[in-house]
Amino acid sequence: MLDLINVSYDTQIPNNVGLSSDKRVLKALEKWHPGYINWWSDLIPDNFQQSLVYLRTAVSVDPKGWAKFDYVKMPEYRWGILLAPQVEDRRIPCGEHAGQPAWQEVPGEYRNLLKRLIVIQGDTEPASVEQQRFLGLTAPSLYDMRNLFQVNVEEGRHLWAMVYLLQKYFGKDGREEADDLLRRSSGSEEAPRMLGAFNEETPDWLSFFMFTYFTDRDGKMQLESLAQSGFDPLSRTCRFMLTEEAHHMFVGETGVGRTIQRTCEVMNAHGITDPYDINKIRDLGVIDLPTIQKKLNLHYTLSLDLFGQEVSTNAANAFNAGIKGRYMESRIDDDHKLTNDTYTVWDLEDGKVVQKQVPALTAINMRLRDDYTRDAAGGVGRWNKIIEKAGIEFEMKLPHESFHRQIGVFAGHNFDPDGNPLSGADYDAKVNDWLPTHADGDFIQSLMKPVYEPGQYASWISPPKVGIDNKPGDFEYVKLHMA
Amino acid sequence: MNKPIKQHLIDPEICIRCYTCEMTCPIEAIVHDDNNVVVDADKCDYCMACIPVCPTGSIDEWRVVADPYSVEEQFGWEELPEQQDITQSEAAGGMEALDDAMAALLAEAHAGAGGKAVAPASASKPTVNMYNLSHPVEATVQGNYRLTGDGADTDVRHVILSFQDKFPVLEGQSIGILPPGQDDKGNPYLPRLYSVSSPRDGERPNFGNVSLTVKREQHGICSNYVCDLKPGDKVRVTGPFGATFLMPDDPQARLLMVCTGTGSAPMRAFTMRRQRSVGNKSGGMTMFFGARSPDTLPYFGPLKKVPEALLKTHMVFSRLPDQPKEYVQDRILAEEDAVAEMLGDPNTYIYICGLRGMEEGVEKAFTNIAESIGVQWVALRDAMREEGRYHVETY
Repeated sequence: MLDLINVSYDTQIPNNVGLSSDKRVLKALEKWHPGYINWWSDLIPDNFQQSLVYLRTAVSVDPKGWAKFDYVKMPEYRWGILLAPQVEDRRIPCGEHAGQPAWQEVPGEYRNLLKRLIVIQGDTEPASVEQQRFLGLTAPSLYDMRNLFQVNVEEGRHLWAMVYLLQKYFGKDGREEADDLLRRSSGSEEAPRMLGAFNEETPDWLSFFMFTYFTDRDGKMQLESLAQSGFDPLSRTCRFMLTEEAHHMFVGETGVGRTIQRTCEVMNAHGITDPYDINKIRDLGVIDLPTIQKKLNLHYTLSLDLFGQEVSTNAANAFNAGIKGRYMESRIDDDHKLTNDTYTVWDLEDGKVVQKQVPALTAINMRLRDDYTRDAAGGVGRWNKIIEKAGIEFEMKLPHESFHRQIGVFAGHNFDPDGNPLSGADYDAKVNDWLPTHADGDFIQSLMKPVYEPGQYASWISPPKVGIDNKPGDFEYVKLHMA
Repeated sequence: MNKPIKQHLIDPEICIRCYTCEMTCPIEAIVHDDNNVVVDADKCDYCMACIPVCPTGSIDEWRVVADPYSVEEQFGWEELPEQQDITQSEAAGGMEALDDAMAALLAEAHAGAGGKAVAPASASKPTVNMYNLSHPVEATVQGNYRLTGDGADTDVRHVILSFQDKFPVLEGQSIGILPPGQDDKGNPYLPRLYSVSSPRDGERPNFGNVSLTVKREQHGICSNYVCDLKPGDKVRVTGPFGATFLMPDDPQARLLMVCTGTGSAPMRAFTMRRQRSVGNKSGGMTMFFGARSPDTLPYFGPLKKVPEALLKTHMVFSRLPDQPKEYVQDRILAEEDAVAEMLGDPNTYIYICGLRGMEEGVEKAFTNIAESIGVQWVALRDAMREEGRYHVETY
């Protein structure tokens, strides 16, 4: 009997999709597998590849089995193909086919649309591993190093998930696209990754935390909308990926939070009350709050660009086709067709920022972005509670959506973080107060000294409140191989 | 006054509001507003599905309450409330422990059963939380004996404690030991739980003393403390804890026990209880006991002397020279027919105790055997658990 909950290890590729009885796809994946292993091996520095990392691996996709913790060497991590259990009689949740049975095969008319969505999603997964490849060398603790590697192996698995869909449902085209996912590379001149934000290097750990908080959260929102897809295999894949994605959100939120916490503690210990006394604070080996705000401004605005144009016919088509839903589609109480509804979007009229109503169907991107902003604002509020508890007068803020944008209606115009338009000269005069400068980057870089003693943390970050898998504070999350 | 219940809570200071628990909960007992993600005490049935999916460690929080905190109340929290004092008289049957830390430990240890644990119908009523963190009881060490061979690389100890007044503990229950000293934050160490290995009337009949089976862990604060105890030393004890991992009093009940290492403690207690009460005129017991080698298997000598009519023992070794590695699940599969017969008998009670890592292999073996008799294991397991016939305690 086909076991669809437990992960089967009877092929080289762990899976819960009955791969051993699907010879065509098995062969295609086995052909793709060595390229993947090469990609991974070339990527992460070798002494980390040989180290034992305390990772979680899924042994089944039900709640009990999906988080088994043990020491693993990363190249031996069981990357596999895991789909959330099939929901009986699932229906297409939105668009013109709403209410019809979900597709188990690719509907011909939407083949290209679907393939493109899967390729774009798939392209971001290995890209982030590429961006973060050298961070292990400056990890502020073994705990953080373990979290980095957990994020990395799971992004690797998410690539597998997308490649499986391409190989299984898109024939020769799919195989070529799967190969291209390994051919493109973050920051490459000839073959860059598809989305801009995924070609920027992640130079330091604060950037990594900001990236996992803001940019991975875009990934989460995209997965949420694909989890609503009428194409059932895509929906099931994304639903399982979301469980893993939650860990990445956790790494980002607590990473930034612990950085803020440490800064506040050190300020208080030295009687510094003015958060803008930047040099004095930096001399104590912690990152001043205004610089953290600048990093936040940068990563939030880069991530907003990932949502595309505010008004988009592509997005409308994908929704109408039932290929991509809204965030929590099944919990929204409407007709799920949006034929006569409107939605409020930002626009520019005569250089002024205005809000106007447009057909809701065309504003799908904007709506997802609004959901994203709401989700992202929650963690910022919790960071502010840390600052407030420490008795320091400072508040982190999400900048206005018009600030520092490259895509959408605000691209090519200058705004301050409160959303006021200003001239290019005024913008240039102030931009160093709003976005990190090279000097800020150099300072942060100067703090990036590795700490490899169990239970010890770098000067600029606090220990976590709770260990991974409830482990004690001095647990050796990575047994380093020092050759 | 309502009966107190153990309420599941989420720590708002650690939770990142990813809602993974909410998506995972099969009965929509978890809800959120703009501020917090909370568990509705009226709905939660302790299935524990939300525990492993949480990326943060915020979800494994428990409070014993007379009146559960409402959803609205929890939405307003910025931090978790302290555990309120609930007096002993309010302790109701079925409570594992009134001490939140102990209850959480037990909930985790029992999670492998796949749902809310239930005591056997005929089990004696346990006493829980007679002594707690703020009022521990003092015990005196009577003896401390090494159970593993002189050359063995593991040090497992049989430690006997005596109490001034009666300490009412049933086979399968645990007690807490408070190691002296403080952690690096200056807080006193929390108690560690150990399952008793003696029967209810005492290690020595009618003396009411209690034995523990403790393995020395390399950096274990409490295990080293216990393993180094000398006769006459005084120890602070809390408990007893646990109200489900208990043996049926029905003499005809058949016990199927699977354990490794110090997981043998409750099995020893069960065996001695049977020996002293109904002896060979019982439904019988079968035990699969795994260790690396005979010299690391606790109670190896005495076990060999227990008559088979009382207890049939399969000792399984994974590190014998010149022998392939054998684990408990391998032997269970090798004994497929006998195990299948027991699985099919509504009078069979299963107990699994040992390291967490054993669960998976044992479940797999049961799955295979159940399948061979045309039964779906998960359904059988869930039914047995609800009838108080399936018990897991792993750590």
